[in-house]
Amino acid sequence: MPEQQPILMQGNEAMARGLVENGCVVAASYPGTPASEILSAVDTWRKAEGANMHVEWAVNEKVAFEIAYAASQSGLRAATAMKQVGLNVASDPLMSAAYLGTVGGFVVISADDPGPHSSQTEQDSRLVAMQAKIPVLDPSSPAEAREMAGLAFQLSEEFGVPVMLRPTTRVCHASQDILLRPVQDLQRAADFRKDPKRWAATPKFRYELHVKLNQTLSRIAAYGPTAPRCLNRDPGTRRAVVASGVSAAHAREVASASGLWDSFAFYQVLQPYPLHIAFVEELRSAYDEVLVLEETVGVIEMQLRDYRRVQGKLSGFVPEAGELLPETIERLLPRFAGRPLPELPEAAPAAGKRPTLCPGCPHRASFYAIKKAAPTGIYPSDIGCYTLGVNLGGVDTVLCMGAAIGQAAGFYQAYRVTGQPRDIVATIGDSTFFHAGIPPLIDAVVQGARFVLVILDNSTTAMTGNQPTPSLGTPAGQAVDIASIVAGCGVKFCRSADPLNLPAFTALLKEAQAFSRDLGVAVVIAKSPCLVDKSVRHAKRPQAVVDAACTGCRYCTSQFECPALVYDEVSGKVLVDVMICSGCGVCLDVCPVKAIRQEGGKP
Amino acid sequence: MTSQQLIISGVGGQGILFITRLLAETAIAKELPVLTSETHGMAQRGGIVISHLKVGTFSSPLVRPGQADGLIALKPGNMKLHHPFLKPDGWITANAVEPSPLAGVVTIDADTLALQLGNPQAVNLIVLGRALSMGRFFCTKDEVAKVLRRKLNGKPAVLEGALAALAAGTGAA
Repeated sequence: MPEQQPILMQGNEAMARGLVENGCVVAASYPGTPASEILSAVDTWRKAEGANMHVEWAVNEKVAFEIAYAASQSGLRAATAMKQVGLNVASDPLMSAAYLGTVGGFVVISADDPGPHSSQTEQDSRLVAMQAKIPVLDPSSPAEAREMAGLAFQLSEEFGVPVMLRPTTRVCHASQDILLRPVQDLQRAADFRKDPKRWAATPKFRYELHVKLNQTLSRIAAYGPTAPRCLNRDPGTRRAVVASGVSAAHAREVASASGLWDSFAFYQVLQPYPLHIAFVEELRSAYDEVLVLEETVGVIEMQLRDYRRVQGKLSGFVPEAGELLPETIERLLPRFAGRPLPELPEAAPAAGKRPTLCPGCPHRASFYAIKKAAPTGIYPSDIGCYTLGVNLGGVDTVLCMGAAIGQAAGFYQAYRVTGQPRDIVATIGDSTFFHAGIPPLIDAVVQGARFVLVILDNSTTAMTGNQPTPSLGTPAGQAVDIASIVAGCGVKFCRSADPLNLPAFTALLKEAQAFSRDLGVAVVIAKSPCLVDKSVRHAKRPQAVVDAACTGCRYCTSQFECPALVYDEVSGKVLVDVMICSGCGVCLDVCPVKAIRQEGGKP
Repeated sequence: MTSQQLIISGVGGQGILFITRLLAETAIAKELPVLTSETHGMAQRGGIVISHLKVGTFSSPLVRPGQADGLIALKPGNMKLHHPFLKPDGWITANAVEPSPLAGVVTIDADTLALQLGNPQAVNLIVLGRALSMGRFFCTKDEVAKVLRRKLNGKPAVLEGALAALAAGTGAA
């Protein structure tokens, strides 16, 4: 057999490979950066290896968790993957599954986003693992993330508990050369053993399960394969650096590059919770000073208990928010080692260009129309690409998935009780509507709330890489119709239109608004495909051109903010950036002096 | 040159992840260890996209300020923004209309070249071609082209466009 060449694998692909190599049979996920690529990679490996698996994009994280957990209850290896805020959605079944335990290995991947690069919070999933009382593994690289996927199954099956695998953005979205290993077929058939005392336990039994879980945890705190490892030979100092996750990778490289490798003992923690008891004892007896490097919260630090000798986030030595970047560690290590700080270059300042909706994105047209129809309205919005409507002044609030509708109802009730009613126009994407928008819509209808809800339906989950939504009907071939759900929730006004046809869409919004003021919730479905969705055919449209009539008023650049419209300081007029204009033509209706035209033919 | 740290930057939609991956796979083809770090999600929506590429024995996926051997900037503004990553003798290849008066900076008007090729999406490969032609890379243009051929196997039109873009960058020296 010829020697195999390593493959460039992203951390998420590597974790997915680890799941498939170790006999995972059911995998379910809801997309969210930085975890989105995990499930698609599981599916790619499943196909490539011909593995017999069920792989699904679930409607939300709670549902994904429950589907995978049931497979584990049936004795199969299963996994669910999400981002840290997605874990909040799945926290209900997680807390309970920790008590009930597992049969087949069950891995919960929760990807954290210190920084945060693409998230509402920097929360540390390891703290959730601690709260749920389940072990958590913290990989430092894509290669290690792959290893840990297998280790997590092993740990889960040995102790009968769910195991969390907690990578961070710098592991998920790092890529590395990795050698493939063969895929194991464990030859297990689903075999759910009824045991209502366990699987349907009432509160009295839950107490017993809690006691048992506590005992299990103390055994896991002595489990050999996940014990911390010393990365350098004991240099004979009384100082130790303890690091986990990508902080360990940064610290290792910084320590050797700055000649500090022999200034302390260097430990990598693989399982930050529960921290190994013997390790805590060893630190206490062998070292006078300990520095803990971890992201984002001092989870290891707080388990070391002896604060007089431990430096970290809780002690104020290490920043408590943001990414723990290598340049930060480069400053912390010499300080800890009692060395003078070498002259170091300043880090690059924060990026200057803010994210924005793509040129030609139908959401931009929707927001523009909403502002026209309800200029004095309140605009609650939600999580997705369209959060970027905040740049356009079309988004006033962003809380969490589904909250646009709950908040719209809340604003209505607040004004109804204490003041004059106001126009409220909420926006939510199609995927987010399915995820968490339906229960608040039911609540709004039954409580008599009055507002306009615009469902921005581009038939995809665009922000995270165009995963399918239920309205697409894949893979089962049965689509779930948004308008029918809306009608089923009791909404009496539900109409659909393409926002790229700006005048007609704006008129429809005004109609919806008139309805909502008197009669209740009105829903407008803004239906238009995502421009970056490669699964949709996009018509080739002529690009816009700005003619001499342009007065340079900059209304289009400030109110419509299309990146393809650029104000040219030299000519004092607006130009079209032909590198990025998609030819949607909405700006023709936006320009107050009608100076933008669309010429026939190819751009 | 078996150890190299590079920064590739631009804005969302310019194909930064594609050329990062292309270079990383070229490193693997040369049996060199490689680590990259990429930008995804909201930050990619027209915002600044930066990727770190480290070839050789490293453990961190991030390049520290003052440690990069080179910077490839697909937007002129990113030259200044990401300059602090460079070593004192580091080089820059940038997509810009005007030549830069600064030492170590090579510019190429890739937007115009891409439009001439009828392929506005090819800016990334044109600038990469220019950078490769300077001979300070861990790999050569031919080694990159070989990986491109493998990656785009079965898509002859796309491959032809990609190779033309790479060549346009090299030839414009």
